[in-house]
Amino acid sequence: MSIDRTGTPLVDMRDICISFGGVHAVDHVSVDLYPGEVVGLLGHNGAGKSTLIKILSGAYAMDEGEIYVDGEKATINNPRDARSYNIETIYQTLALADNLDAASNLFLGRELVSPIGFVNDDAMEAETRKIMARLNPNFQKFKDPVSALSGGQRQSVAIARAVYFNARILIMDEPTAALGPHETQMVSELITQLKAEGIGIFLISHDIHDVMELCDRASVMKNGKLVGTVDVDDVTDDDLLGMIILGKQPGEA
Amino acid sequence: MTDTSQSGGPAAPAAKGPVARFIQATELDTRLLGMLGALALIWVGFHMYGALVNGFGAFLTPRNLWNLSVQTSSIGIMACGMVLVIVTRHIDLSVGSVLGFCAIIMGVTQVWLLPQLLGLEHWAIWIITVFVGLITGTLIGAFHGYLIAYLSIPAFIVTLGGLLAWRGAGFLVARGETISPVDSTFRLLGGTAEGAIGATGSWVVGLIGVAAVLASVVMGRRQRVTHGFALRPLWADWFIAVAGSAAMIGAVLLVNAYYWPRGIVRRYAAAEGIEIPPEGLFISYGFAIPVLILLAVGIIMTLIMSRTRFGRYVYAIGGNPEAAALAGINTKWMTVKIFALMGFLAGLSAAVASARLGSATNALGTLDELYVIAAAVIGGTSLAGGVGTIYGAILGAVVMQSLQTGMVLIGFDAAIQQIVVGSVLVLAVYLDNLYRRSSK
Repeated sequence: MSIDRTGTPLVDMRDICISFGGVHAVDHVSVDLYPGEVVGLLGHNGAGKSTLIKILSGAYAMDEGEIYVDGEKATINNPRDARSYNIETIYQTLALADNLDAASNLFLGRELVSPIGFVNDDAMEAETRKIMARLNPNFQKFKDPVSALSGGQRQSVAIARAVYFNARILIMDEPTAALGPHETQMVSELITQLKAEGIGIFLISHDIHDVMELCDRASVMKNGKLVGTVDVDDVTDDDLLGMIILGKQPGEA
Repeated sequence: MTDTSQSGGPAAPAAKGPVARFIQATELDTRLLGMLGALALIWVGFHMYGALVNGFGAFLTPRNLWNLSVQTSSIGIMACGMVLVIVTRHIDLSVGSVLGFCAIIMGVTQVWLLPQLLGLEHWAIWIITVFVGLITGTLIGAFHGYLIAYLSIPAFIVTLGGLLAWRGAGFLVARGETISPVDSTFRLLGGTAEGAIGATGSWVVGLIGVAAVLASVVMGRRQRVTHGFALRPLWADWFIAVAGSAAMIGAVLLVNAYYWPRGIVRRYAAAEGIEIPPEGLFISYGFAIPVLILLAVGIIMTLIMSRTRFGRYVYAIGGNPEAAALAGINTKWMTVKIFALMGFLAGLSAAVASARLGSATNALGTLDELYVIAAAVIGGTSLAGGVGTIYGAILGAVVMQSLQTGMVLIGFDAAIQQIVVGSVLVLAVYLDNLYRRSSK
């Protein structure tokens, strides 16, 4: 399945720079993402992929560069801004408050409130039951704090949070790192389904096979710099490995 | 997953004792039940000890329980704020000194400044005074919060500094003097014979309480029906309604069974021109005003913690500060607000404490920070953050005060009191650890 890349990209990050204490964590990196496309971000630990993506999700403020959403310049200074552009993130750490239940986590920062301004827990639980019925029908622990859930259940809460609010741009940071084979399969199916709905996905992964299977393009980073962006159909596993390890373009000697 | 009626609960083993089934059906907090049980044990224990050893059980008398309620108020009010502070993984060591400073500021306002402007015993004096005290406390708290959140100084250090600094500041403002007498209307906040609402008022409060219990049971049931959630069994709802109402009415009967001492009655009768009948004139105290303040604070704070976004964010920050920030919560501003609220409650508590004393002294509130933190911790607030309830902290304050009062009543001296209270604090946290481990 080929992606139509003639229109305006959903997200266009241009010349992004950020440094921490003199270290250029992200150094003039540009990536883009089209509707219905999955772009894999690859690289070693510390290559800057998570940092780059945290700029898009509003967790870090970039030093230089520009972000365009739907061709319009976007100002993203905090997670709230990112959410207002329908950018949702599933963090590697899942970013769940362990002491709260699934519904409170799902709606954290965007609680449903009654007319007098009180949080409406029952309505939130009802909504959570609906979305979980779709994502993970076996999920039943609605009253327990998420610390009592298994890794896969926690993951599905984090995914539900991203999906529930009509994300158009989804960032997934190592979504399958902590999961068993069954749950990994579930995430793969979900990605395929979301893609079909026209959502653009940035997928950060260590696993080249994941990327080869799920992504349309892959952008490889090394030491904060972008090595290159390739169409996964045009490259082999070894080409990607070469980009990650040696930082050289496929075809280069 | 066919048994939807028990969703949320752990997989039900076939044989469950009647107690377990009762708790599951009523959805009562087992921790709360445990604390009430411990409190009952303490109360009965002190009473029996007094009855057996001293020949007179003084604990379970209307007089003692009424005094206990008044003495708990000041610590209880601050403990409500301390819950938020500790839940968000901070600590506030300065509340005692802030209380002292606010009391001094209020004393200066109502004794030195306002009478010159408005005249002695002007009706507005107490209102302005309380307002000034609350503002002072709030500003101090907000300042602490600012230092903690925006300058990244640990709360322990900021408030340890505050513990010393505000005590010193209070001394400077009052030049070390005791400021008295306070305004007579202001005094009512401290809970004396006049500072209680009497029999009729107490019945009104009690019946409002009963109505609230019944309404919450009915509304809760209706909400569950609306969303199609599993209902509590009808008998469990009835049990909660009846037990709640009985507790309310019992409290009213108790405070109304405590009568004004004869001296005050005689003075009151003379002032009002009432003839005292030969069998004596019995005027009930009723609920003391500081107790009502504590109840109001407890109810409002419980609503804030369980029903507002602010409260939800407090728990979220305590559970995972990073996740809270990534969810778009302004955690720094939240910290300022939480400490400002703590300061506000310290100011309110200062009004109660200095009204009860009838004067403002620099020593007011000394060591209160430790009792307030202990009350919150005994009440189940976890120093690791993320866990804690308002009612728990208030109950914790009652437990602390009961221990102290009880030991005074049975004649233990101050040194033993300190040892016991300190040991109970450590024991309570240990028991809480056991409880948490077993409930996991």
